[in-house]
Amino acid sequence: MSVQIWTFIFVFLTFGLYIGIAVWSRAGSTIDFYVAGGGVPPLANGMATAADWMSAASFISMAGLISFLGRDGTFYLMGWTGGYVLLALLLAPYLRKFGKFTVPDFIGDRYYSRTARLIAVFCAISVSFVYACGQMQGAGIVFSRFLEVDITAGVIIGMAIVFFYAVLGGMKGITYTQVAQYCVLIFAFMVPAIFISILMTGIPIPQIGFGAELTEAFGGGYLLDRLDGISQELGFAVYTEGQRSTQDVFFITAALMFGTAGLPHVIIRFFTVPNVRDARRSAGFALIFIAILYTTAPAVAAFARTNLINTVNNAEYTAMPEWFSKWETTNLISFNDKNGDGRIQYVGDPETNELEVNRDIMVLANPEIANLPNWVVALVAAGALAAALSTAAGLLLVISTSVAHDLMKRSFMPDISEKQELLYARMAIFIAVLVAGYVGINPPAYVAQVVAYAFGLAAASFFPAIVLGIFQKSMNKQGAIAGMIAGFLFTAGYIIYFKSLNPAMDNAQGWLLGISPEGIGTFGTLINLAVAWLVASFTPEPPEDVQAIVEDIRLPGEAIKR
Amino acid sequence: MSDKNALEYWKSNIRIVLSLLGVWFFISFGCGILLVDTLDDIRIGGFKLGFWIAQQGAIFVFVILVYVYIYLMDKLDDAYNLNQDEVKTAENGEEAQ
Repeated sequence: MSVQIWTFIFVFLTFGLYIGIAVWSRAGSTIDFYVAGGGVPPLANGMATAADWMSAASFISMAGLISFLGRDGTFYLMGWTGGYVLLALLLAPYLRKFGKFTVPDFIGDRYYSRTARLIAVFCAISVSFVYACGQMQGAGIVFSRFLEVDITAGVIIGMAIVFFYAVLGGMKGITYTQVAQYCVLIFAFMVPAIFISILMTGIPIPQIGFGAELTEAFGGGYLLDRLDGISQELGFAVYTEGQRSTQDVFFITAALMFGTAGLPHVIIRFFTVPNVRDARRSAGFALIFIAILYTTAPAVAAFARTNLINTVNNAEYTAMPEWFSKWETTNLISFNDKNGDGRIQYVGDPETNELEVNRDIMVLANPEIANLPNWVVALVAAGALAAALSTAAGLLLVISTSVAHDLMKRSFMPDISEKQELLYARMAIFIAVLVAGYVGINPPAYVAQVVAYAFGLAAASFFPAIVLGIFQKSMNKQGAIAGMIAGFLFTAGYIIYFKSLNPAMDNAQGWLLGISPEGIGTFGTLINLAVAWLVASFTPEPPEDVQAIVEDIRLPGEAIKR
Repeated sequence: MSDKNALEYWKSNIRIVLSLLGVWFFISFGCGILLVDTLDDIRIGGFKLGFWIAQQGAIFVFVILVYVYIYLMDKLDDAYNLNQDEVKTAENGEEAQ
């Protein structure tokens, strides 16, 4: 059977599964809709969190990015996993004990202020929205490349599926579809990785194959030594050595970690488990499930890079396998025979290099480059769609709860009934799906970039406000509000300055202390903390009842009231 | 629980969190970023040690840290009699507000 028929079968089966789950898990009340009834077992919540977290970017782009960045790709690997340690130790148990529905709920109650709640709503919606647009775009790309429908049709199919289970089931529907989507995406990521590891090193565990010797057919010697050797020979940077400055890598890693811990769609997943102990457990499960993909990704990156160079360099253009021309038509690979010898020169020097390779191809085309069976190639499409749709659904839920619960119920229309609130939540998700779909079809140039900076913004706004709210009882509303505004404005300003206003300065010499816009969120976090402390020291302490809330969330067990 | 006990519980909690975050910082920012070139002089099989910690080792340590945290906090909760199993049933029947 051809790749396309296999792809249709997998996509059809997995989508049928998601719809089945959605019908089975309809939400009847706001507590179902916002937090899945608060009764999700930790194992299921761990899987759902992992699928929620691992987006189209983790699945499609990350291994490819690492294979071009070499050791510098480390900031993605450590940044996007190390944040879970912060989440597990500093946030998840306490926020679960607090026991409300949303992140703005916590900010609003803890800082006894509607202004604080509204700032949190603004940050939550803007961070989640740009992120969701990227997912819709990812889904559209996968549809168009694997099923050869056009991007618009692809995005609409994706929207329809997400709409169906998110509107019907709310958090409950999303949680159980995410469990299924995790299983699909991890299977789809691991099978090609295991195949390639066996093919190149004879070892079925990619994490170990990463440091093993290549088989005779691939020329023997340790994989990484060989990769370093050929990279150097062709004028690329040595794979296992860093190119970026140490302080920049340090700041980017920290920004990604703080940002991970501050992303509202990840945090709200911990509101769905029964109690504090289960919140800790589900953070543990989530990290294991994420680590399976994240420890495989660097191995895939090294395998794919070696394999690509072996296959294309100095090979005759006319003798290239079928995948080459297929991906050429999508412009992910382009060949320009500069010296007219009919052979592909893939080298580090841009003057003589004849091959441009898009990073996404390292995961999407990797199974084809390694000559794996058709069904394995087709799996990748189903996995990428699972990754994009699960994250999109989680983000859309944050937008809908922020609008229906935080804006309507808690801020402006406190008298609406539960039924009305539920209706508003469903309407909000409907509108959010439409807008995200529209942006997915007509992507403005900045969306892809903004997604990357969403982390910096989450790091500079939410993370310090929540941590201070739990660990510093005397932190008051003036301090928290001033801190959030200062952190957000500084980070957004720095990014906008270098990316829009003055891109000519966007290099290591122009940056403040050599920190790139990707890493500036760390600085924003520190500014947030400093401003919050300074302002709090001049303003009155929070009222008694708020201090009592803080004391209460520090202790697990005992009465938890929603 | 008395206020004195609550304070003691919180202090032990902070101690656990800070020591685990110490390891977290040392392995990721310390070994994976600041000392990575020095550690690269040590080789284990096909890996340079610094490179391995930066791309894989740190992630394994993160998983271990979270599980050590779960274990220590469970023990601490038990020592202070903060059993949460009863909460589970009481809460499920509750209405949202």
